[in-house]
Amino acid sequence: MSEKQLGKKVDRCLADGAIKLGTGLGLGIVFSVLFFKRHTWPISFGSGAGLGMAYANCQNDLRSHYLLHKSEKVGL
Amino acid sequence: MLRACLRGANATARNNCRRNPLTSVQHCRHYTAGETSGATKVVAAGLLTVSSGIGGTILYAKWDHKFRAAVEKNVPYSDLLFSLALGPSSQEGLPIKKQTELAQPPSMMDKQVKASKAKSEKKVKEAAESPAKESSPATTQPAQSIEEASVEATHIISAIGEVPSVPAPCDTESAAVKEECKECHDHKDTPVTAVVHPNTESPVAMEPLKERPVEEVAARLAQQDQEEQDILASVSASLEESLASSAKTTLQAIGAQEAALQAITQHTHKLKEAMEAEVPPQEKSAQWKDLEAALANRTCAMNDASTALLKANETLGSLKSVIDKSKGLNIAAVHPLVLAAEENLHNMIVDLDKVVTKVQSAESEAKIVSQYSELVNEAKQQFQREVSSLTPEIQANWKGLTGKLSADDLNALIAHAHRRIDQLNRELAEQRVREQIHIDAALEQQKLEDQKALEKAVNTTLQHVKEEARLEQERKLGELREVMEAEMRTQLRRQAAAHTDHVQDVLKVQEHELRAEAEQVLSSKMLEQETRYRQLNQEQLDNFTLDMNTAYARLKGMEEAIDSHVVAEEEARKAHQLWLSVEALNYTLKTTDSDLPTIPLKSAAEAVRDSCHDNDFALALASALPEESLHRGVYSEASLRARFNSLRSLARRVALIDESHNSLYQYFLSYLQAALLFEDEQKAPPTQLSREDLDPFKLLSYASYCLEHGDLELAAKLVNQLRGETRRVVEDWLTEARLTLETRQVVSLLSAYANAVGLGTTQAP
Repeated sequence: MSEKQLGKKVDRCLADGAIKLGTGLGLGIVFSVLFFKRHTWPISFGSGAGLGMAYANCQNDLRSHYLLHKSEKVGL
Repeated sequence: MLRACLRGANATARNNCRRNPLTSVQHCRHYTAGETSGATKVVAAGLLTVSSGIGGTILYAKWDHKFRAAVEKNVPYSDLLFSLALGPSSQEGLPIKKQTELAQPPSMMDKQVKASKAKSEKKVKEAAESPAKESSPATTQPAQSIEEASVEATHIISAIGEVPSVPAPCDTESAAVKEECKECHDHKDTPVTAVVHPNTESPVAMEPLKERPVEEVAARLAQQDQEEQDILASVSASLEESLASSAKTTLQAIGAQEAALQAITQHTHKLKEAMEAEVPPQEKSAQWKDLEAALANRTCAMNDASTALLKANETLGSLKSVIDKSKGLNIAAVHPLVLAAEENLHNMIVDLDKVVTKVQSAESEAKIVSQYSELVNEAKQQFQREVSSLTPEIQANWKGLTGKLSADDLNALIAHAHRRIDQLNRELAEQRVREQIHIDAALEQQKLEDQKALEKAVNTTLQHVKEEARLEQERKLGELREVMEAEMRTQLRRQAAAHTDHVQDVLKVQEHELRAEAEQVLSSKMLEQETRYRQLNQEQLDNFTLDMNTAYARLKGMEEAIDSHVVAEEEARKAHQLWLSVEALNYTLKTTDSDLPTIPLKSAAEAVRDSCHDNDFALALASALPEESLHRGVYSEASLRARFNSLRSLARRVALIDESHNSLYQYFLSYLQAALLFEDEQKAPPTQLSREDLDPFKLLSYASYCLEHGDLELAAKLVNQLRGETRRVVEDWLTEARLTLETRQVVSLLSAYANAVGLGTTQAP
C-alpha cells in the first residue's frame, strides 16, 4: 500500500531521530563528563549532531524516491 | 509566520507562473510607454514600401505581358488595377503565333506540290512533245484520280488557293497510242480513239458512244473481212493472171527481139562476109542464098518481134489497167500485190525497152552495113554495066574468061579500067575534098540523130527512174502502212487485253461480293433456324429444370428448416450457458467483504471460457480479464471508497512535495498548508477541467464527490491527474481502482454480449 509508505518512513525517521538524539545526547554527556570538564557544549553539540544526522537521514529517506541511485540504470 | 506567508506567496506565484507561462500581453505593455514618433516613422516607411512595390509591379507588367498575365491570374482584382493603369491587355501575341504555325505547313505543302508538279511536268515532257497540249484536257482525269488519292494535300492546297489541276504524268503507252491514232486517222474512226483513250483511264467516257451489240460488230467485222478476202482473192487472181500473161508475152517479145537481134547480127555478119570475103563463085551464090535466107529470117524475126512487142505492150497495158483498177479498190491487203505487180511490170517494160534498144542499135548497124552493101552492089552493077557496055559479049561471069578474050578487048578493058580508075581517082579526090563537108553534114545528121536518140533515151530513162521512184515510194508506203497496221494491231490487242483484265477483275470482285452476300444471307437464315430450335429446346429443358429445382428447393428448404431449428436450439443452449457463466462471474464480483478483495475470479472465468470456446469475441473478452483479478480478486467499490477517504488526508498533507520540492522543510510546509487550507468535502467536478482545477485539493474533493455518487471511473480519472508525492501516495489505490474498473468492464461487456446472444436466440412465443 503506497499510502502506508509515508507513515512507515515517518516512523523510521522518528525512531531514527530519537535514537540519534539519544545517542548524541548520551555521547555528549559522556564526552562532556569525560573530556570536556562538564561543559554543556558537547552535550548540545552531540544532541545537535544527532538531531542533524537524524534530520539529514529523514530527508534523504523521504527524498530517496526522487533521486537516481548509482545502481539504477537510466534508459535514454 | 512572515516567512511562511512569503513562501506561500512565492508558491502561489510559482503556481500561477506554472499555469500561465506564455503571457505575451506583458511584452506589449513595455513598448507602449513613450516612443510615439517611432510609430509614425514606421507607418510612413511601410506605406512608402507598399506604394513603391505596387508602382514597380505595374511598370514591369507594362513591359512584360507574361508577368502581367501571371499576376492577374494569381492576384484577384489586379486585372482591374492593370486595366485602369495600362489599358486592356494586348492579345496580339497569340494570333501571330497561330498564323505563323498555319503558314508553316502550307509552305511545306507548297514544296511538295511544286515537286510533284515538276516531276509530272518532266514526265509529260518525256512522254510526248506535241501531243502534250492535245492530251492535257484528256489527262485531267488521271490528275483527278491522283488528287483523290492524296486528299489532305488537295484540301490544304485548295484552302490556300493553289492551282488544283496538276498535269499528271500521262501514260507513255496511251500517248504513243494517241500518236499512232492521230497518224492512222485516215484508217480509223475518231470514236475508236475515244474508245481507246478512256478505256485506259475511266469507263465513263464510253457512255456518249453508241454501243453496238457485240454480235453485230463481230458480224460486221466478219463480213468486212470476208469481203476483203474475196476482193483480195479476186484481185490477186486477176493480177496473177495478167502478170502471167504479160510475163509470157513479154518473155516472148524479148525472145523474139533477141531472135531478131540474132538474125540481124547474123545477117549483118553474113553481109559483111559477102561483101568482103573473096570466095569462089559457087560459094558466092551459096553465100548470097544464105544471105537472102538470113535476110528473110531477119525480116521474119523482125516481124515476129514487132508483133510480139505489140502483144507484150498490149498485155502490159492491160496489166497496168488491172493494177490501176485494183489500186482504185483501196484495200490494204491488195497493196503489196499491186506493188509487186507494178514492179514486175516495170521490170518487164525495162527489159523490153532494153531489148528494143539493142535491136534498134543492131538495126542501125545493119542499115549501115546494108547501105554499104547496097553501095557496093550498086558500084559492082555499075561496073558490070560499064564493062558490059564496053564489051557486050562478055558474059557476067567474066573472071573465068581470061583465055577467051582478045587482046583488043583486053586493051579496051584495060583502058576502060584505066579510065574508070581515073574517074574513080577523080571521084575520090572530089570525095576527099567534099569529105569534110560530108563528114560535117554526116556529123550534124548524126548529132541530130544522136540528140533525138539521147532525148528519147533520156526520156525513157527518166520515165523509168520516175517509175522506179514511184514504185519505191509505193513500196515504202506499203511497208510503213504495214508497220503502222501491225503497231495499231498490237496497241488494240493491248487495249483489249487490258479491257479483258479489267472486266475479269470487276467480275471477280462482283462474284466475291455476291458470294459473300449470299453466304451471309444463308448463314443468317441458318442461324435464325438454329437459334429458334435451340430456344425451343432450351425452353423445354428450362421448364423441366424449373420444376425439378422447385421440388428440390422445397425439399432442401424443409431440410434446412429442420437443421436450422436444431442449430438454433443448439445456439440457444450455448447462449444460455454463456449467460449463466457470465452471471456467475458477475456474482463473484459481488462477493466481497469490506476491505477484502473478492474471491479469485479464476474459476468463474474458466467457466465462461468453457462455455464459449467457439466464440472468439467472448474468448477474447474472457482472456482480457486482468491476472490479478483472476488470482487475487478485486476490491469492491465500497472498500475503495473507504480507502480513499482515509487516503485523502494523507494526500492533502503531502500536496506540496514533488521532485524539486522534497526537503523536510517542504514537508513541514505542506503539513501546514493541509492544516490551514479548507476546501469542500465534496465538490462536483466540472465537465471540462481547467488549469485551476488541477490543484490537488480540488481534485481530491472532485474525486470524493464522484466516489460518493458511485462514479469510480471519473474518480480514478481525477485522481490520475495528481502529481508528485500525492500521486505516489495514491498510486496503489489507483491501480486497485483500475483493476476493479477493468474487471467490471470486461464482465459487463461479457454480460451484455451474453444478453445480446441470448436475446438473439430466444424465439418469441
